[in-house]
Amino acid sequence: MTPQTTRARLTDFLMGDRQADRVVPPTGFTAQLTLFAAGAMAFLAIFALALSLATGRLADRWGDELARASTVRITAPAEQMAAQTEAALRVLETSSGVASARALSQAEQQALLEPWFGPDLPLDTLPVPQLIEVIETAEGFDPEGLRLRLAAEVPGAVLDDHTRWREPLARAAARLRLLGWVSLGLIGAAMAAMITLAANAALSANAQVIRVLRLVGARDSYIARAFVRRFTLRALGGATVGTVLACAGILMLPPAQAEGGFLTGLGFRGWQWLWPLAVPPLAAIVAFVATRTAARKTLGEMS
Amino acid sequence: MSPGASGQTAEILGARVIELENVAYSYGGGELLSDISLKLEPGSFHFLTGPSGAGKTTLMKLCYGALLPTAGQVRLFDAEVRALDRDDVALIRRRIGVVHQDCQFLDHLPVAENVSLPLMVSGRDLLAEGPNLKELMNWVGLTARANALPPELSGGERQRAALARAVILSPEVVLADEPTGNIDWEMSQRLLRLLVELNRMGKTIMIATHDLALIRAAKAHVQARVLRISNRRLQLAGADL
Repeated sequence: MTPQTTRARLTDFLMGDRQADRVVPPTGFTAQLTLFAAGAMAFLAIFALALSLATGRLADRWGDELARASTVRITAPAEQMAAQTEAALRVLETSSGVASARALSQAEQQALLEPWFGPDLPLDTLPVPQLIEVIETAEGFDPEGLRLRLAAEVPGAVLDDHTRWREPLARAAARLRLLGWVSLGLIGAAMAAMITLAANAALSANAQVIRVLRLVGARDSYIARAFVRRFTLRALGGATVGTVLACAGILMLPPAQAEGGFLTGLGFRGWQWLWPLAVPPLAAIVAFVATRTAARKTLGEMS
Repeated sequence: MSPGASGQTAEILGARVIELENVAYSYGGGELLSDISLKLEPGSFHFLTGPSGAGKTTLMKLCYGALLPTAGQVRLFDAEVRALDRDDVALIRRRIGVVHQDCQFLDHLPVAENVSLPLMVSGRDLLAEGPNLKELMNWVGLTARANALPPELSGGERQRAALARAVILSPEVVLADEPTGNIDWEMSQRLLRLLVELNRMGKTIMIATHDLALIRAAKAHVQARVLRISNRRLQLAGADL
């Protein structure tokens, strides 16, 4: 089929034939079921999409932030702490792949511990390890090589390159993202199933109409088209309403905040707002395929 | 409109529009029709009679491809019916007008739209066909009822509307299954006159009926062959009518 033929058929399908549309009587139950199913599924699809995209963003952020920074923790007796810190900084400064290394001040360390121990923690009286923040270059360092050098020169230093944190977080984020896409697939399949049921109900309820149309010489494709067009347009309408409501719901969510983390980050950013536009046409395509398959099967089985 | 003005009849002269050869039809384990052979020539007029349950409707359905024979051959316009796909059958239905006893309308559409259904499904321009539809509604005496819904019509009006729908595409054959079953004698006569008129226009007509009085009345106006289904077989009747 040439693109022109496809376009012509699509135009015919969308424009429809007012007379032909009238041959199938409006059936309230199936119309409402299709509209509701398409609307509800589009609504859920938008949220699953938002979840998927938000998870993706979160995974990227975690990945970027944790991958760039590492920590060296120095545990040593108080009198050796300054010397070991100096030694560790020297090792880090001469290691390839390290962009910068900086020992955290006492105030910074206190701030890190404040959520757990309160603001009045007497840090100088407690054996709190000294932390060194390490920022990597784009190429990154060799963690095993650096660990060996630190072990040789600074006995109390432990390098934490965040791998053990990053990997499970990245895995969890990837799984959440996968779950989002699986949810979208399931939503599409559930919508197809519901529309197929509605189309089958409509075809059964209109068995007499089909008999009359066949009696007067209607081809099965003509009969099927009358049902398919109706269900496709209903799904398009229902999905459009569901999409608009879901987008309004997402717009009403609180804005993304660092403290809110994942929950306030749910939604679309920038060009991602184009994604919801694809949901109503996709719902219409699902309805088209489901109804056409149901109509062909039912008409084929009818004597 | 003149239902016989298509000129199609001339094209099929010499051909048999419907031919059944040694046809049998079984249903539910029992044979309903057996060894039926029948040839409908262009322009012929047939009555098909027999007691209720003899298989008249089944034979009519075999004649327009709604049923397939369990044995023998059915040829519609020289095409073996088993070789036809659904689209072919649909095209053949446009050449065979069918009138049922229960008429079979779309009750949500007005009479005029029901009558024009064959035009609609065959993709004709309804606006261009408007004058013909008007003339046809006038021919069957339903102009004033054009906008009524089928359930609002009397039995006779329904039958005339069904006849108008059956002939709107100017088919070569009209099959009427008990068309006078639910209507009074006067209305039966009126319907019969319309069918005779169609036959004079060159249409092949077959009417299934158990109403012998109707057959006798028709024989005064038209040369008709009377066939009877008896004991699952088709016989030529006539002498006793």
